[in-house]
Amino acid sequence: MIIELLTQIIFWAFVILTVGSAIVVVFSKRIIYSAFALLFTLFGVAGLYVFLAADFLAASQLLVYVGGILTLIIFGVFLTTKLHGMSIPEQTHQRYLAIIPVAGIIAILFYVFFSVDWFAHASAAEPTTKDLGKLLLTTYLVPFEVASVLLLAALIGAMRLARPREEDQDD
Amino acid sequence: MLETAIILAKIWGVLLTLVTLAAIMTWVERKQSAVMQDRLGANRADVFGLRIIGLFQPMADGIKMFFKEDFVPPKGDKFLHTLAPIVAFFPAVVIFAVVPFGDVLRIGTLEIPLQVARLNIGYLFILAFGGLTIYGTVLAGWSSNNKYSLLGGLRAAAQMISYEVCVGLSLVGLIMVFGTLQLDLMVKQQGELIFGFLPAWGIFYQPLGFLLFFPAVIAETKRVPFDLPEGESEIIGYYTEYSGLRFGLFYFAEFIEIIVMSALFSTLFFGGYQVPYLYADGFVFPWGGSWNLPHLVVVLLQLGSFFIKIAFFCWLQVLIRWTLPRFRYDQLMRLCWTGILPLAVLNILITGGILLLIKG
Repeated sequence: MIIELLTQIIFWAFVILTVGSAIVVVFSKRIIYSAFALLFTLFGVAGLYVFLAADFLAASQLLVYVGGILTLIIFGVFLTTKLHGMSIPEQTHQRYLAIIPVAGIIAILFYVFFSVDWFAHASAAEPTTKDLGKLLLTTYLVPFEVASVLLLAALIGAMRLARPREEDQDD
Repeated sequence: MLETAIILAKIWGVLLTLVTLAAIMTWVERKQSAVMQDRLGANRADVFGLRIIGLFQPMADGIKMFFKEDFVPPKGDKFLHTLAPIVAFFPAVVIFAVVPFGDVLRIGTLEIPLQVARLNIGYLFILAFGGLTIYGTVLAGWSSNNKYSLLGGLRAAAQMISYEVCVGLSLVGLIMVFGTLQLDLMVKQQGELIFGFLPAWGIFYQPLGFLLFFPAVIAETKRVPFDLPEGESEIIGYYTEYSGLRFGLFYFAEFIEIIVMSALFSTLFFGGYQVPYLYADGFVFPWGGSWNLPHLVVVLLQLGSFFIKIAFFCWLQVLIRWTLPRFRYDQLMRLCWTGILPLAVLNILITGGILLLIKG
Protein backbone atom coordinates (compact mmCIF):
# COMPACT_ATOMS: atom_id res chain seq x y z
CA MET A 1 0.00 0.00 0.00
CA ILE A 2 2.58 2.53 1.13
CA ILE A 3 5.04 1.13 -1.43
CA GLU A 4 2.49 1.67 -4.20
CA LEU A 5 1.81 5.20 -3.04
CA LEU A 6 5.54 5.96 -2.89
CA THR A 7 5.99 4.48 -6.36
CA GLN A 8 3.23 6.71 -7.69
CA ILE A 9 4.75 9.80 -6.08
CA ILE A 10 8.22 9.01 -7.44
CA PHE A 11 6.81 8.31 -10.90
CA TRP A 12 5.01 11.66 -11.08
CA ALA A 13 8.06 13.41 -9.69
CA PHE A 14 10.08 11.99 -12.58
CA VAL A 15 7.39 12.99 -15.07
CA ILE A 16 7.32 16.57 -13.80
CA LEU A 17 11.12 16.70 -13.73
CA THR A 18 11.38 15.46 -17.31
CA VAL A 19 8.68 17.63 -18.84
CA GLY A 20 9.45 20.73 -16.76
CA SER A 21 13.14 20.74 -17.55
CA ALA A 22 12.45 19.93 -21.21
CA ILE A 23 10.34 23.10 -21.37
CA VAL A 24 13.29 25.06 -20.01
CA VAL A 25 15.58 23.44 -22.60
CA VAL A 26 13.37 24.59 -25.43
CA PHE A 27 12.26 28.03 -24.27
CA SER A 28 15.26 29.33 -22.34
CA LYS A 29 16.87 32.36 -23.93
CA ARG A 30 20.29 31.51 -22.53
CA ILE A 31 22.03 28.54 -24.00
CA ILE A 32 23.77 27.68 -20.72
CA TYR A 33 20.41 27.21 -18.98
CA SER A 34 19.26 24.98 -21.81
CA ALA A 35 22.38 22.86 -21.42
CA PHE A 36 21.98 22.47 -17.66
CA ALA A 37 18.25 21.82 -17.93
CA LEU A 38 19.03 19.06 -20.39
CA LEU A 39 20.84 17.34 -17.49
CA PHE A 40 17.55 17.03 -15.60
CA THR A 41 15.60 16.02 -18.70
CA LEU A 42 17.99 13.16 -19.46
CA PHE A 43 18.03 12.14 -15.79
CA GLY A 44 14.23 12.12 -15.71
CA VAL A 45 14.04 10.02 -18.86
CA ALA A 46 16.41 7.52 -17.24
CA GLY A 47 14.00 7.37 -14.30
CA LEU A 48 11.10 6.69 -16.66
CA TYR A 49 13.11 3.85 -18.24
CA VAL A 50 13.32 2.29 -14.78
CA PHE A 51 9.53 2.37 -14.52
CA LEU A 52 9.38 0.57 -17.88
CA ALA A 53 11.63 -2.16 -16.43
CA ALA A 54 14.49 -1.26 -18.76
CA ASP A 55 17.20 -1.19 -16.11
CA PHE A 56 20.20 -1.54 -18.41
CA LEU A 57 18.91 1.17 -20.71
CA ALA A 58 18.38 3.51 -17.76
CA ALA A 59 21.94 3.07 -16.53
CA SER A 60 23.36 3.46 -20.04
CA GLN A 61 21.29 6.59 -20.51
CA LEU A 62 22.90 8.15 -17.45
CA LEU A 63 26.33 6.82 -18.33
CA VAL A 64 26.42 7.86 -21.98
CA TYR A 65 24.16 10.88 -22.28
CA VAL A 66 24.46 12.50 -18.86
CA GLY A 67 27.98 11.39 -17.98
CA GLY A 68 29.51 11.77 -21.41
CA ILE A 69 27.73 13.69 -24.14
CA LEU A 70 26.17 16.38 -21.99
CA THR A 71 29.51 17.06 -20.29
CA LEU A 72 31.00 17.74 -23.69
CA ILE A 73 28.08 20.00 -24.63
CA ILE A 74 28.48 22.02 -21.44
CA PHE A 75 32.22 22.13 -21.99
CA GLY A 76 31.58 23.59 -25.42
CA VAL A 77 29.05 26.12 -24.12
CA PHE A 78 31.50 27.22 -21.44
CA LEU A 79 34.20 27.88 -23.94
CA THR A 80 31.99 29.79 -26.35
CA THR A 81 29.62 31.99 -24.35
CA LYS A 82 31.32 33.53 -21.42
CA LEU A 83 35.05 33.84 -21.73
CA HIS A 84 35.27 36.25 -24.67
CA GLY A 85 32.29 38.36 -23.72
CA MET A 86 30.63 37.76 -27.07
CA SER A 87 27.08 36.58 -27.38
CA ILE A 88 26.07 33.91 -29.82
CA PRO A 89 22.68 34.20 -31.51
CA GLU A 90 20.12 32.20 -29.59
CA GLN A 91 16.88 32.94 -31.41
CA THR A 92 14.82 30.67 -33.64
CA HIS A 93 14.89 30.60 -37.42
CA GLN A 94 12.60 29.06 -40.05
CA ARG A 95 9.76 28.51 -37.64
CA TYR A 96 7.25 27.29 -40.22
CA LEU A 97 9.55 24.95 -42.12
CA ALA A 98 10.37 23.25 -38.81
CA ILE A 99 6.76 22.10 -38.50
CA ILE A 100 7.29 19.40 -41.13
CA PRO A 101 10.07 17.37 -39.45
CA VAL A 102 8.54 17.94 -36.00
CA ALA A 103 5.17 16.64 -37.17
CA GLY A 104 6.93 13.61 -38.64
CA ILE A 105 8.75 12.85 -35.40
CA ILE A 106 5.56 13.26 -33.39
CA ALA A 107 3.74 10.89 -35.74
CA ILE A 108 6.43 8.21 -35.31
CA LEU A 109 6.44 8.67 -31.52
CA PHE A 110 2.66 8.33 -31.35
CA TYR A 111 2.75 5.27 -33.56
CA VAL A 112 5.28 3.59 -31.22
CA PHE A 113 3.40 4.80 -28.17
CA PHE A 114 0.14 3.15 -29.23
CA SER A 115 1.56 0.03 -30.88
CA VAL A 116 3.57 -1.31 -27.89
CA ASP A 117 1.92 -3.00 -24.94
CA TRP A 118 3.88 -1.07 -22.29
CA PHE A 119 2.17 -2.59 -19.27
CA ALA A 120 2.94 -6.16 -20.27
CA HIS A 121 6.62 -5.30 -20.70
CA ALA A 122 6.86 -3.26 -17.54
CA SER A 123 5.15 -5.82 -15.32
CA ALA A 124 7.57 -8.59 -16.42
CA ALA A 125 10.37 -6.61 -14.67
CA GLU A 126 13.19 -9.05 -15.36
CA PRO A 127 16.82 -7.92 -15.41
CA THR A 128 17.66 -7.19 -19.03
CA THR A 129 21.47 -6.99 -19.02
CA LYS A 130 22.20 -10.65 -19.74
CA ASP A 131 19.67 -10.98 -22.58
CA LEU A 132 20.82 -7.73 -24.17
CA GLY A 133 24.42 -8.91 -24.07
CA LYS A 134 23.56 -12.22 -25.68
CA LEU A 135 21.47 -10.59 -28.41
CA LEU A 136 24.20 -8.06 -29.17
CA LEU A 137 26.77 -10.80 -29.69
CA THR A 138 24.53 -13.20 -31.62
CA THR A 139 21.49 -11.91 -33.55
CA TYR A 140 22.56 -8.29 -33.77
CA LEU A 141 26.33 -8.79 -34.01
CA VAL A 142 26.70 -7.19 -37.45
CA PRO A 143 24.78 -3.95 -36.68
CA PHE A 144 26.63 -3.75 -33.36
CA GLU A 145 30.03 -4.06 -35.03
CA VAL A 146 29.10 -1.69 -37.84
CA ALA A 147 28.03 0.90 -35.27
CA SER A 148 31.32 0.55 -33.42
CA VAL A 149 33.34 0.87 -36.62
CA LEU A 150 31.34 3.99 -37.46
CA LEU A 151 32.11 5.47 -34.02
CA LEU A 152 35.79 4.62 -34.43
CA ALA A 153 35.85 6.33 -37.82
CA ALA A 154 34.15 9.40 -36.29
CA LEU A 155 36.75 9.40 -33.51
CA ILE A 156 39.69 9.28 -35.91
CA GLY A 157 38.05 11.88 -38.14
CA ALA A 158 37.51 14.23 -35.21
CA MET A 159 41.15 13.92 -34.21
CA ARG A 160 42.29 14.56 -37.77
CA LEU A 161 40.15 17.71 -37.94
CA ALA A 162 41.18 19.01 -34.52
CA ARG A 163 44.93 18.54 -34.98
CA PRO A 164 46.85 21.18 -36.92
CA ARG A 165 48.05 20.02 -40.35
CA GLU A 166 51.70 19.18 -40.68
CA GLU A 167 52.52 22.01 -43.11
CA ASP A 168 50.90 24.47 -40.69
CA GLN A 169 53.11 23.29 -37.87
CA ASP A 170 56.25 24.56 -39.58
CA ASP A 171 55.06 28.16 -39.49
CA MET B 1 4.09 -2.38 6.10
CA LEU B 2 6.96 -4.16 7.83
CA GLU B 3 8.86 -4.37 4.55
CA THR B 4 8.49 -0.65 3.95
CA ALA B 5 9.69 0.05 7.47
CA ILE B 6 12.74 -2.15 6.96
CA ILE B 7 13.62 -0.46 3.66
CA LEU B 8 13.25 3.01 5.17
CA ALA B 9 15.26 1.96 8.21
CA LYS B 10 18.05 0.68 5.98
CA ILE B 11 18.10 3.91 3.95
CA TRP B 12 18.24 6.05 7.08
CA GLY B 13 20.78 3.79 8.74
CA VAL B 14 23.15 3.91 5.80
CA LEU B 15 22.70 7.65 5.32
CA LEU B 16 23.33 8.46 8.97
CA THR B 17 26.33 6.13 9.14
CA LEU B 18 27.82 7.70 6.03
CA VAL B 19 27.36 11.24 7.27
CA THR B 20 28.74 10.41 10.70
CA LEU B 21 31.73 8.62 9.23
CA ALA B 22 32.34 11.56 6.90
CA ALA B 23 32.37 13.93 9.88
CA ILE B 24 34.88 11.67 11.61
CA MET B 25 36.92 11.51 8.39
CA THR B 26 37.38 15.30 8.43
CA TRP B 27 38.97 14.85 11.83
CA VAL B 28 41.00 11.84 10.67
CA GLU B 29 42.41 13.80 7.76
CA ARG B 30 43.49 16.71 9.96
CA LYS B 31 44.92 14.47 12.62
CA GLN B 32 46.69 12.10 10.25
CA SER B 33 48.23 14.93 8.26
CA ALA B 34 49.35 16.47 11.55
CA VAL B 35 51.03 13.24 12.64
CA MET B 36 52.70 12.90 9.24
CA GLN B 37 54.04 16.45 9.44
CA ASP B 38 55.08 16.17 13.09
CA ARG B 39 52.38 18.53 14.37
CA LEU B 40 49.67 18.03 16.99
CA GLY B 41 46.64 18.73 14.83
CA ALA B 42 43.16 19.77 15.92
CA ASN B 43 42.97 19.38 19.69
CA ARG B 44 41.34 22.56 21.02
CA ALA B 45 37.62 21.90 20.73
CA ASP B 46 36.31 20.75 24.09
CA VAL B 47 33.01 20.14 25.83
CA PHE B 48 33.18 20.93 29.57
CA GLY B 49 36.95 20.51 29.44
CA LEU B 50 36.66 17.11 27.79
CA ARG B 51 38.79 16.87 24.65
CA ILE B 52 39.16 13.20 23.58
CA ILE B 53 42.06 13.94 21.21
CA GLY B 54 40.10 16.60 19.36
CA LEU B 55 37.13 14.43 18.37
CA PHE B 56 34.73 17.31 19.05
CA GLN B 57 36.36 19.27 16.22
CA PRO B 58 33.93 18.06 13.49
CA MET B 59 30.99 19.23 15.64
CA ALA B 60 32.60 22.61 16.19
CA ASP B 61 33.25 22.86 12.45
CA GLY B 62 29.62 22.07 11.70
CA ILE B 63 28.33 24.71 14.09
CA LYS B 64 30.80 27.22 12.71
CA MET B 65 29.62 26.62 9.16
CA PHE B 66 25.99 27.09 10.17
CA PHE B 67 26.68 30.53 11.54
CA LYS B 68 28.98 31.81 8.82
CA GLU B 69 27.74 34.32 6.30
CA ASP B 70 26.27 32.61 3.29
CA PHE B 71 27.68 34.71 0.49
CA VAL B 72 26.44 34.61 -3.10
CA PRO B 73 28.51 36.55 -5.64
CA PRO B 74 26.32 39.50 -6.72
CA LYS B 75 26.97 38.95 -10.43
CA GLY B 76 26.82 35.20 -10.16
CA ASP B 77 23.84 33.03 -10.89
CA LYS B 78 21.92 32.68 -7.66
CA PHE B 79 19.83 29.65 -8.57
CA LEU B 80 22.67 27.57 -10.02
CA HIS B 81 24.97 28.71 -7.22
CA THR B 82 22.53 27.18 -4.72
CA LEU B 83 21.95 24.08 -6.80
CA ALA B 84 25.63 23.17 -7.27
CA PRO B 85 26.45 21.86 -3.77
CA ILE B 86 23.28 19.77 -3.78
CA VAL B 87 24.19 18.27 -7.15
CA ALA B 88 27.68 17.53 -5.84
CA PHE B 89 26.39 15.89 -2.67
CA PHE B 90 23.64 13.72 -4.13
CA PRO B 91 25.54 11.17 -6.29
CA ALA B 92 28.21 10.62 -3.64
CA VAL B 93 25.57 9.38 -1.21
CA VAL B 94 23.41 7.51 -3.70
CA ILE B 95 26.24 5.28 -4.94
CA PHE B 96 26.42 3.55 -1.56
CA ALA B 97 22.89 2.21 -2.09
CA VAL B 98 24.12 -0.72 -4.18
CA VAL B 99 27.06 -1.64 -1.93
CA PRO B 100 26.32 -4.71 0.24
CA PHE B 101 27.55 -4.18 3.80
CA GLY B 102 26.68 -7.68 5.01
CA ASP B 103 25.07 -10.92 3.93
CA VAL B 104 21.53 -11.71 5.07
CA LEU B 105 20.33 -10.96 8.59
CA ARG B 106 17.81 -13.53 9.85
CA ILE B 107 15.42 -12.63 12.63
CA GLY B 108 13.03 -15.54 13.11
CA THR B 109 11.63 -16.19 9.65
CA LEU B 110 12.43 -12.69 8.47
CA GLU B 111 15.33 -12.34 6.03
CA ILE B 112 16.84 -8.89 5.66
CA PRO B 113 19.46 -8.46 2.94
CA LEU B 114 22.07 -6.05 4.28
CA GLN B 115 22.13 -3.84 1.20
CA VAL B 116 19.86 -0.92 0.38
CA ALA B 117 19.17 -1.83 -3.26
CA ARG B 118 19.91 -5.27 -4.68
CA LEU B 119 20.32 -4.10 -8.26
CA ASN B 120 21.12 -6.38 -11.15
CA ILE B 121 23.01 -3.53 -12.84
CA GLY B 122 24.90 -2.64 -9.66
CA TYR B 123 28.22 -1.67 -11.17
CA LEU B 124 26.62 0.26 -14.04
CA PHE B 125 24.60 2.15 -11.44
CA ILE B 126 27.84 3.18 -9.76
CA LEU B 127 29.38 4.32 -13.05
CA ALA B 128 26.21 6.19 -14.02
CA PHE B 129 25.99 8.15 -10.79
CA GLY B 130 29.76 8.53 -10.67
CA GLY B 131 29.39 10.42 -13.94
CA LEU B 132 26.95 12.83 -12.30
CA THR B 133 29.54 14.07 -9.80
CA ILE B 134 31.02 16.25 -12.56
CA TYR B 135 28.02 18.54 -12.59
CA GLY B 136 28.32 19.83 -9.06
CA THR B 137 31.82 20.99 -9.82
CA VAL B 138 31.01 22.42 -13.23
CA LEU B 139 27.88 24.23 -12.01
CA ALA B 140 29.80 25.71 -9.09
CA GLY B 141 32.57 26.85 -11.40
CA TRP B 142 30.20 28.53 -13.82
CA SER B 143 27.66 30.07 -11.49
CA SER B 144 30.25 31.86 -9.32
CA ASN B 145 31.09 34.32 -12.09
CA ASN B 146 34.74 34.08 -11.14
CA LYS B 147 37.52 33.21 -13.57
CA TYR B 148 39.34 31.01 -11.09
CA SER B 149 36.18 29.08 -10.37
CA LEU B 150 35.49 28.68 -14.07
CA LEU B 151 39.02 27.41 -14.66
CA GLY B 152 38.52 24.91 -11.86
CA GLY B 153 35.22 23.78 -13.33
CA LEU B 154 36.72 23.35 -16.79
CA ARG B 155 39.67 21.41 -15.45
CA ALA B 156 37.29 19.20 -13.48
CA ALA B 157 35.16 18.49 -16.53
CA ALA B 158 38.16 17.52 -18.68
CA GLN B 159 39.76 15.43 -15.94
CA MET B 160 36.69 13.56 -14.85
CA ILE B 161 35.41 12.75 -18.30
CA SER B 162 38.83 11.30 -19.17
CA TYR B 163 39.15 9.24 -16.04
CA GLU B 164 35.60 7.95 -16.28
CA VAL B 165 36.73 5.97 -19.31
CA CYS B 166 39.61 4.51 -17.32
CA VAL B 167 37.43 3.62 -14.34
CA GLY B 168 34.97 1.85 -16.61
CA LEU B 169 37.51 -0.11 -18.65
CA SER B 170 39.82 -1.10 -15.79
CA LEU B 171 36.99 -3.05 -14.20
CA VAL B 172 35.78 -4.97 -17.25
CA GLY B 173 38.23 -7.78 -16.46
CA LEU B 174 36.79 -8.23 -12.99
CA ILE B 175 33.25 -8.32 -14.36
CA MET B 176 34.34 -11.00 -16.84
CA VAL B 177 35.77 -13.11 -14.02
CA PHE B 178 32.69 -12.85 -11.82
CA GLY B 179 30.23 -12.91 -14.72
CA THR B 180 27.89 -10.43 -13.06
CA LEU B 181 27.35 -6.73 -12.48
CA GLN B 182 25.48 -7.34 -9.25
CA LEU B 183 27.64 -6.36 -6.31
CA ASP B 184 26.23 -8.76 -3.74
CA LEU B 185 26.78 -11.71 -6.12
CA MET B 186 30.35 -10.53 -6.66
CA VAL B 187 30.95 -10.50 -2.92
CA LYS B 188 29.32 -13.94 -2.53
CA GLN B 189 31.76 -15.39 -5.06
CA GLN B 190 34.64 -13.83 -3.16
CA GLY B 191 33.72 -15.98 -0.15
CA GLU B 192 35.02 -19.07 -1.93
CA LEU B 193 38.61 -20.30 -1.98
CA ILE B 194 41.23 -20.60 -4.75
CA PHE B 195 43.50 -23.68 -4.53
CA GLY B 196 41.71 -24.60 -1.32
CA PHE B 197 43.35 -21.97 0.88
CA LEU B 198 43.50 -18.53 -0.77
CA PRO B 199 40.34 -16.40 -0.38
CA ALA B 200 38.89 -15.80 -3.86
CA TRP B 201 39.16 -12.01 -3.57
CA GLY B 202 39.13 -9.88 -6.70
CA ILE B 203 42.69 -8.70 -6.11
CA PHE B 204 44.00 -12.26 -6.64
CA TYR B 205 42.09 -12.60 -9.92
CA GLN B 206 42.78 -9.09 -11.17
CA PRO B 207 45.96 -7.60 -9.67
CA LEU B 208 46.53 -5.40 -12.72
CA GLY B 209 42.86 -4.40 -12.71
CA PHE B 210 43.21 -3.11 -9.17
CA LEU B 211 46.42 -1.22 -9.92
CA LEU B 212 44.61 0.58 -12.76
CA PHE B 213 41.30 1.07 -10.95
CA PHE B 214 42.82 2.58 -7.82
CA PRO B 215 44.50 5.69 -9.32
CA ALA B 216 41.61 6.20 -11.75
CA VAL B 217 39.12 6.32 -8.89
CA ILE B 218 41.29 8.67 -6.85
CA ALA B 219 41.44 10.95 -9.90
CA GLU B 220 37.65 10.85 -10.05
CA THR B 221 37.44 12.05 -6.45
CA LYS B 222 39.68 15.02 -7.39
CA ARG B 223 42.08 14.62 -4.48
CA VAL B 224 45.85 15.16 -4.40
CA PRO B 225 47.78 14.12 -6.52
CA PHE B 226 44.91 14.75 -8.96
CA ASP B 227 43.47 17.91 -7.40
CA LEU B 228 43.89 20.18 -10.41
CA PRO B 229 40.28 21.44 -10.28
CA GLU B 230 41.01 22.65 -6.76
CA GLY B 231 44.71 23.43 -6.99
CA GLU B 232 44.87 25.46 -3.77
CA SER B 233 48.24 26.98 -4.58
CA GLU B 234 47.36 28.10 -8.12
CA ILE B 235 43.65 28.71 -8.73
CA ILE B 236 41.89 27.86 -5.42
CA GLY B 237 39.33 26.16 -7.57
CA TYR B 238 35.68 25.71 -8.30
CA TYR B 239 34.48 26.54 -4.78
CA THR B 240 36.37 29.81 -4.43
CA GLU B 241 33.11 31.75 -4.10
CA TYR B 242 31.47 29.41 -1.62
CA SER B 243 31.14 29.99 2.09
CA GLY B 244 29.25 28.69 5.06
CA LEU B 245 27.27 25.51 4.79
CA ARG B 246 27.30 25.53 0.99
CA PHE B 247 31.05 25.15 1.10
CA GLY B 248 30.43 22.64 3.87
CA LEU B 249 28.40 20.48 1.51
CA PHE B 250 31.25 20.36 -1.02
CA TYR B 251 33.70 19.57 1.75
CA PHE B 252 31.42 16.89 3.11
CA ALA B 253 30.76 15.38 -0.31
CA GLU B 254 34.49 14.91 -0.75
CA PHE B 255 34.76 12.91 2.47
CA ILE B 256 31.68 10.87 1.67
CA GLU B 257 33.27 10.09 -1.68
CA ILE B 258 36.41 8.87 0.09
CA ILE B 259 34.35 6.51 2.22
CA VAL B 260 32.21 5.29 -0.67
CA MET B 261 35.28 4.67 -2.82
CA SER B 262 36.92 2.77 0.04
CA ALA B 263 33.77 0.67 0.27
CA LEU B 264 34.03 0.03 -3.47
CA PHE B 265 37.68 -1.02 -3.29
CA SER B 266 36.90 -3.51 -0.56
CA THR B 267 33.68 -4.74 -2.20
CA LEU B 268 35.18 -5.29 -5.63
CA PHE B 269 38.71 -6.39 -4.82
CA PHE B 270 38.96 -7.33 -1.16
CA GLY B 271 35.95 -9.52 -0.51
CA GLY B 272 33.58 -6.85 0.82
CA TYR B 273 32.09 -8.09 4.07
CA GLN B 274 33.72 -11.54 3.73
CA VAL B 275 36.06 -12.76 6.44
CA PRO B 276 38.47 -15.43 5.17
CA TYR B 277 37.26 -18.95 6.05
CA LEU B 278 34.06 -17.61 7.67
CA TYR B 279 30.90 -19.24 6.33
CA ALA B 280 27.24 -18.90 7.29
CA ASP B 281 27.64 -21.30 10.25
CA GLY B 282 31.07 -20.25 11.46
CA PHE B 283 34.72 -20.77 10.60
CA VAL B 284 35.85 -23.77 8.53
CA PHE B 285 39.63 -23.76 8.24
CA PRO B 286 41.37 -25.31 5.21
CA TRP B 287 43.88 -27.07 7.47
CA GLY B 288 41.02 -28.92 9.15
CA GLY B 289 38.96 -27.97 12.13
CA SER B 290 35.96 -25.71 12.40
CA TRP B 291 34.41 -23.30 14.86
CA ASN B 292 30.65 -22.93 14.90
CA LEU B 293 29.25 -19.50 15.62
CA PRO B 294 25.68 -18.23 16.12
CA HIS B 295 24.13 -16.33 13.23
CA LEU B 296 24.23 -12.93 14.91
CA VAL B 297 27.94 -13.23 15.65
CA VAL B 298 28.63 -14.11 12.01
CA VAL B 299 26.70 -11.05 10.82
CA LEU B 300 28.53 -8.81 13.28
CA LEU B 301 31.89 -10.26 12.19
CA GLN B 302 30.99 -9.50 8.57
CA LEU B 303 29.98 -5.94 9.38
CA GLY B 304 33.17 -5.51 11.37
CA SER B 305 35.32 -6.88 8.58
CA PHE B 306 33.71 -4.53 6.07
CA PHE B 307 34.24 -1.59 8.41
CA ILE B 308 37.90 -2.44 8.97
CA LYS B 309 38.50 -2.69 5.22
CA ILE B 310 36.82 0.69 4.66
CA ALA B 311 38.88 2.23 7.44
CA PHE B 312 42.07 0.84 5.91
CA PHE B 313 41.35 2.35 2.49
CA CYS B 314 40.34 5.68 4.03
CA TRP B 315 43.68 5.68 5.83
CA LEU B 316 45.50 4.79 2.61
CA GLN B 317 43.79 7.60 0.67
CA VAL B 318 44.67 10.19 3.31
CA LEU B 319 48.22 8.84 3.36
CA ILE B 320 48.49 9.28 -0.42
CA ARG B 321 46.98 12.74 -0.26
CA TRP B 322 49.59 14.00 2.19
CA THR B 323 52.53 12.23 0.54
CA LEU B 324 52.43 13.03 -3.17
CA PRO B 325 52.72 16.40 -4.92
CA ARG B 326 50.20 17.49 -7.55
CA PHE B 327 50.45 16.25 -11.14
CA ARG B 328 50.90 18.69 -13.98
CA TYR B 329 47.99 18.85 -16.41
CA ASP B 330 49.82 17.11 -19.27
CA GLN B 331 51.09 14.40 -16.91
CA LEU B 332 47.54 13.84 -15.72
CA MET B 333 46.22 13.38 -19.23
CA ARG B 334 49.16 11.26 -20.31
CA LEU B 335 48.69 8.94 -17.33
CA CYS B 336 45.07 8.39 -18.32
CA TRP B 337 45.21 8.09 -22.09
CA THR B 338 48.61 6.49 -22.65
CA GLY B 339 49.09 4.73 -19.32
CA ILE B 340 45.93 3.38 -17.78
CA LEU B 341 43.79 3.05 -20.90
CA PRO B 342 46.05 0.75 -23.02
CA LEU B 343 46.90 -1.36 -19.98
CA ALA B 344 43.20 -1.70 -19.19
CA VAL B 345 42.51 -2.94 -22.71
CA LEU B 346 45.48 -5.33 -22.40
CA ASN B 347 44.04 -6.55 -19.11
CA ILE B 348 40.71 -7.28 -20.80
CA LEU B 349 42.48 -9.25 -23.56
CA ILE B 350 44.56 -11.29 -21.10
CA THR B 351 41.56 -11.99 -18.88
CA GLY B 352 39.50 -13.06 -21.89
CA GLY B 353 42.27 -15.37 -23.08
CA ILE B 354 42.68 -17.03 -19.69
CA LEU B 355 38.93 -17.42 -19.23
CA LEU B 356 38.74 -19.02 -22.67
CA LEU B 357 41.52 -21.47 -21.74
CA ILE B 358 39.94 -22.43 -18.41
CA LYS B 359 36.28 -22.58 -19.34
CA GLY B 360 36.78 -23.72 -22.93
